[in-house]
Amino acid sequence: MTIASTTQQICFAVLSTTVVAGALGVVLLPNVVYAAFLLAGVFLSVAGLYLMLNASFVAAAQILVYVGAVNVLILFAIMLVNKREDLAAIPGLGLRRLLSGLVCGGLFVLLIRVAFTTPWGSGPEPVGEEATIRIGEHLFSDYLLPFELASVLLLMAMIGAIVLARRDVFSEDIGTGEEVDQGLIEKARTPLLLDRSVR
Amino acid sequence: MVSTSAPGSAPGLDAAAGLDLQASFETLLQGAGLNAGTAHLLWLPLPMLLVLVAAVVGVLVNVWLERKISAAVQQRIGPEYAGALGVLQPLADGLKLVFKEDIIPARADGLLFTLGPVLVLIPVILSWLVVPFGQNLLISNVGVGIFLWIALSSIQPIGLLMSGYASNNKYSLLGGLRAAAQSISYEIPLALAVLAVVMMSNSLSTVDIVNQQTGAGILSWNIWRQPVGFVIFWICALAECERLPFDLPEAEEELVAGYQTEYAGMKFALFYLGSYINLVLSALLVSVLYLGGWGFPLPVEWLAGWLGQPIDAPAVQVITASVGIVMTVLKAYLLVFLAILLRWTTPRVRIDQLLDLGWKFLLPIALVNLLVTAGLKLAFPAFFGG
Repeated sequence: MTIASTTQQICFAVLSTTVVAGALGVVLLPNVVYAAFLLAGVFLSVAGLYLMLNASFVAAAQILVYVGAVNVLILFAIMLVNKREDLAAIPGLGLRRLLSGLVCGGLFVLLIRVAFTTPWGSGPEPVGEEATIRIGEHLFSDYLLPFELASVLLLMAMIGAIVLARRDVFSEDIGTGEEVDQGLIEKARTPLLLDRSVR
Repeated sequence: MVSTSAPGSAPGLDAAAGLDLQASFETLLQGAGLNAGTAHLLWLPLPMLLVLVAAVVGVLVNVWLERKISAAVQQRIGPEYAGALGVLQPLADGLKLVFKEDIIPARADGLLFTLGPVLVLIPVILSWLVVPFGQNLLISNVGVGIFLWIALSSIQPIGLLMSGYASNNKYSLLGGLRAAAQSISYEIPLALAVLAVVMMSNSLSTVDIVNQQTGAGILSWNIWRQPVGFVIFWICALAECERLPFDLPEAEEELVAGYQTEYAGMKFALFYLGSYINLVLSALLVSVLYLGGWGFPLPVEWLAGWLGQPIDAPAVQVITASVGIVMTVLKAYLLVFLAILLRWTTPRVRIDQLLDLGWKFLLPIALVNLLVTAGLKLAFPAFFGG
């Protein structure tokens, strides 16, 4: 056994353990902040697995998109709304947990069966450093339509988010019916520091 | 990460174009009776250790420069008693931090509190993987090169959010949130500016990017072809390093010290180290992307030709490699000097101004820059790397 293959096996063992343990932690931990941080760990380990498969561009993209953007935004949202309050207990929690555990276990058994019955051949040769060029070629030829459709989808999501977040589109709050003025910056007509009428 | 990619000599590179320390080292050891595998194993940790030491020494130099230049800007003398001109002052600072008590606040989350600074420092150090000091003088010429740096630097905000949250302090949390918001906003124009350079050199590899800028010395540097990209990159790099005018996350008048507020001793030192290593790294990458990397203002091939020396003679190779390292470091430290001068002469921007600058100004400009570069590349392939 050479040094390279030993290193590879150790790396694979460590990375797969982190992925499995981290994913279980994401699902099972009651603290949502821990779950979000563990999710970042899982994404990083998956990037490591990509790296071991000689797909360095995909690994870097995985880190940039999932860890750097998606996970940071999840954390951001959690920390902006996190109030550290105890939620009221849901009735029949034990039964719910049992049912969801059964569903997950069944799915797991099914996947194990698929994994063992499928004849796994040795896949195509990894292209290695050339992968960036190949991905670019595919994105601009046979995958052009899905690529553009994905960007349209993202645009729709962005416009929706802007409409929801910018309350000045609606002049009054939907819940209370009061006038809404959520400008963050000091307005010239009502200086925040000098206005003594508001007590 | 190092083990999966071929370290040192990369495929597709002309090994004769520069000093190849790895090959020389391994043939030397094999001459002494070791087999090839052992020689390679003995070589592997050397460049990593060397770069780690270089990064830390770079930080010490940086701290000294910061103290001296800030003193000069404010018409003070600055550190004077620790060594000649106070050169040992950063060492004294470091020793002080090592011996300080390590405090974890009582209501803080101990695990995340410890993990945060580590997560901030590790991606920054890993990014030194792709910084070239010469044709073969880098740890690993990975194909994704500069993209690896962009990806790694996006991990940092998670560490900042973690330490801000774990401190259980509203100033820390606000600082962490600001750091993450700032980092996300400025990553996009930064990546677009890099993309324009990558488009001209047809490669993500840092070595190829520098090689594309050699040929006519200072005239072929990217700064003449990408002046707008250079300015965008520099502004974004300052914002990513949280240097003034963009040090919102630790704005001392508003947030005490941001996410660092509760930290002391070595954990604080990790933040400190991370931010200065990041500054040196950004300066090095600016010099790689826009200022010709290890290139001398006059091509060394011409100089060797005028002196009547063959470029591949061993002595000449050693001299050109040394000149390359000196040039890279010199350019980087000129930029660091600029950053320090900016820090001590400009006021801080407001958070809304910061986000406005990033999203409403730099992002459109970077997109236009990319478009113009693509157009120029099609129109003048000889000058813009067809």
